[in-house]
Amino acid sequence: MSSHSAETVDPGTAALWDYEHHGHDPISTRTLGFWLYMLSDAMIFAALFAAYGVYVRNAAGGPTAADIIHPVYAMWETVVVFSSVFAYGLGMTALKRGSRAGVINGLLAAFVLGLVFLGMEYKEFADLLAAGAVPQRSGFLSAYWTIVLTHGLHMIIGLLWMFIMLIQVMREGFSQNVVYRLINLKLFWHFQAIIWVCVFTFVYLKGVL
Amino acid sequence: MLVDLQGPWNPIFGRLGLLLEVHYNNPVLFFAFELSVVVGVILLFWATCARKWGYIWREWLTTVDHKKIGVMYIVVGLVMMFRGFFDALMIRSQQAIAVGPDSPGVLGAAHGYLPPYHFDQVFTAHGMIMILVAATPILVGMMNIIVPLQIGARDMAYPYLNALGLWFTVVSAALVMIALFIGDFSHAGWVGLAPLTELPYSPGVGVDYWIWSIQIGSIGTTMGAINLIATIIKMRAPGMTWGRLPVFTWTSMASNIIALTSFPVLGVTLALLTFDRYLGTHFFTVGLGGDLMMYTNLFWIWGHPEVYFVVLPAFGMLSEIIPTFSEKPLFGYITMVIASMAIAAVSWSVWLHHFFTMGAGPNVNAFFSLATMLVGIPTGVKVFNWAFTMYRSRIRFDTPMLWAVGSMFLLISGGLTGMMLAVPAINYIVHNSVFVIAHFHNMFLLIVYAAFGAVSYWFPKVFGFKLDERLGKRFFWFFTAGTLMVFIPMYTLGFMGMTRRLDYITHPAWQPLLIAEMVGIGLYAISIVYFVLQLVVSIRDREKNAVGADAWGTSRNLEWATHSPVPFYNFAVTPIVHDRDEWAWRRQHGLTSLRPDHYVDIHMPKNTAVPLILGMLSLAFGFAMVWRIWWLAAVSAIAMLIVILYRSFDKDTDYIIPAADVERMENEMLARGNKVEQAGGAVGSGAYAAPQASAKKHQGD
Repeated sequence: MSSHSAETVDPGTAALWDYEHHGHDPISTRTLGFWLYMLSDAMIFAALFAAYGVYVRNAAGGPTAADIIHPVYAMWETVVVFSSVFAYGLGMTALKRGSRAGVINGLLAAFVLGLVFLGMEYKEFADLLAAGAVPQRSGFLSAYWTIVLTHGLHMIIGLLWMFIMLIQVMREGFSQNVVYRLINLKLFWHFQAIIWVCVFTFVYLKGVL
Repeated sequence: MLVDLQGPWNPIFGRLGLLLEVHYNNPVLFFAFELSVVVGVILLFWATCARKWGYIWREWLTTVDHKKIGVMYIVVGLVMMFRGFFDALMIRSQQAIAVGPDSPGVLGAAHGYLPPYHFDQVFTAHGMIMILVAATPILVGMMNIIVPLQIGARDMAYPYLNALGLWFTVVSAALVMIALFIGDFSHAGWVGLAPLTELPYSPGVGVDYWIWSIQIGSIGTTMGAINLIATIIKMRAPGMTWGRLPVFTWTSMASNIIALTSFPVLGVTLALLTFDRYLGTHFFTVGLGGDLMMYTNLFWIWGHPEVYFVVLPAFGMLSEIIPTFSEKPLFGYITMVIASMAIAAVSWSVWLHHFFTMGAGPNVNAFFSLATMLVGIPTGVKVFNWAFTMYRSRIRFDTPMLWAVGSMFLLISGGLTGMMLAVPAINYIVHNSVFVIAHFHNMFLLIVYAAFGAVSYWFPKVFGFKLDERLGKRFFWFFTAGTLMVFIPMYTLGFMGMTRRLDYITHPAWQPLLIAEMVGIGLYAISIVYFVLQLVVSIRDREKNAVGADAWGTSRNLEWATHSPVPFYNFAVTPIVHDRDEWAWRRQHGLTSLRPDHYVDIHMPKNTAVPLILGMLSLAFGFAMVWRIWWLAAVSAIAMLIVILYRSFDKDTDYIIPAADVERMENEMLARGNKVEQAGGAVGSGAYAAPQASAKKHQGD
């Protein structure tokens, strides 16, 4: 049992030190880290969705889900989110070609569509406020506002990030830092679309059943 | 949108202007305040007189070196553990005094010396501190130091994020300490029972301190988890396959997977409570659609995995210490790895056993009872593996081994009482009694034992000299005597029906056992004196206690294949791994020379003050949110955002150490190592020197 490994190494000739070892590919290391971050973010949404499942019945005599939810309006929001993700995806194919103009155009389109989404969400919540359906009204409304606005907050952060990336692509071109950030933002932006699918399904579609 | 506060508030100072109560009139708090101020002034005075500010700034405050960050984590943890010990001392002394209607009261208390509101804050702070800002930082610090060394990495995957995680943890501890002097701390227990934590029932700032302290600290822990997982996956040296990963690294991996997935749930729980307290929503309120059991569920969905988050690294430490001092490879490596991962997996399915008595019904209770008992299987596997490692081995009872064996005994006794609690029928009887308290202290103490063992085991690696053995052993024995004297009476009191969190004892028959607990606390206090003495004496005798690369002569993993103390670049040249116990393999084949053929350039991250600045800003933000000083909260939040964005434009974040410089530094360290080894100080102390030296040749597998 002198060696635990399957292959035996001859200690007489074994190389002990690796002089060529230059660490690891920074872009893939940072992308892995971002995947791990998104796992933790997914847990945040998982906990919120689980809680929403309980709170959806707790309208406390106030407006119920069926009263305030407009799935058709939300469908148009879905279309906008997915168009934004698609535009970002076009930008990323431009990154593969090394086209700076293509990346900037893709990011700009995604940015504008993201703004449109936030505008639509703003109108939705302004209507709720006007109707008196405030988060302080009931457990259901607290959970509804929290879950939709948590997604909205992520969208705002994504847009801020996209704005910074527009500047950095213009200033630096495709340096290592810029490339890994573009890849991570791609993950983040797609992730927001996936979360929106869950919001659309569990909050909007289920809300009218 | 904001909720109406009971009491005054103004736009500039928030609630602070009218609640600024440094508690001059309370001698207990005033003593703590004086102690902190005196210690603080002495440290500042020393740093100024010795002209250490530049050194502290360059080498510690702005560092991104994982070993220094780890040391700072451990220092924070030990300081907070001292604070938590003081809280425990107050809880027990209050209970020993406040027995029966005729017991005297002082300092405004009807009985004993702590009024109920103050007592409630003390036990809340004790629980929160010991778990979140004592045990967690010590373990995370240990992982920070050791994991990159064990896998042959130059640093963590994200050194900058690592420093940020440290400073968020420091902010968490700082907020708890500030709460001691300015305002109050939560009085609702460390679990923050809802709806007691809701604004109408806790109108002060105590719960807010508790919320923001945990919230900021847990963000730091999540960052640390991302960093460690990515480090283990991406930064391993050539040849370091998954099947050769040291067990401590494996348990760190399991532990951080738990942290990464469970701390966000805690974040959500606290955020929802924050919305209730600040915006008047109805998540955990009574009525208007609030659901207070939701809080308990969400809290323990984090809370139970957290238990395994802290226990798994302790298991890993035992798995490193026991083989070294048994002079044998670890028994059952594969089963050890599987057991760690199994414990991590099961940890997620047992949260409801924390509230068996809520009335969930027999089927739910049966499910969680069985799930809880399942944890015993992989844990039992581990205990047997350690036992078989020691079986027919050559055991040396150096201090780390004493702590490790003590830890195993605690694991067995704590595990058995855990199995008892996992039976709902028994749980109904001892629910909320001090039996439960004794059980989980038993489990946490096994972590403390493993951590103290690990500190003395890896101390020479990090600092280049051993801790004093004689005083270390006294520290161990007094600590152990304290453990027995406190927790055996506590188990007994649990069976006698004493419930937890009592500031007044109605039943005089309990008093003898409460006094026995006080004796135990006294023994703990003596052990702390020995611990401090051990540090002082060891630092004084550091030349005499200096060690070479392999401090114990029989250690097995890659972290011993570099100098002690470890240079900031860890390994001059990345080692190639050939065996599961690489260092034992090299020693067995006489390949222990640390001098490679030649040296190459090293690529390193630059020091940066950005994490420290972000930490300070988050402290300002947390403090502002606690006192509802909205302008300060907004300013610090925006400042944080600007700093983060500014840093993202910084391209000058790393540098190269030329090969010539590496060679010069390496030669100095090799010369030091040779001198130490010729002096004989390195290998063993006292009686062990001789057998160990011969063991070194044919030692191994």
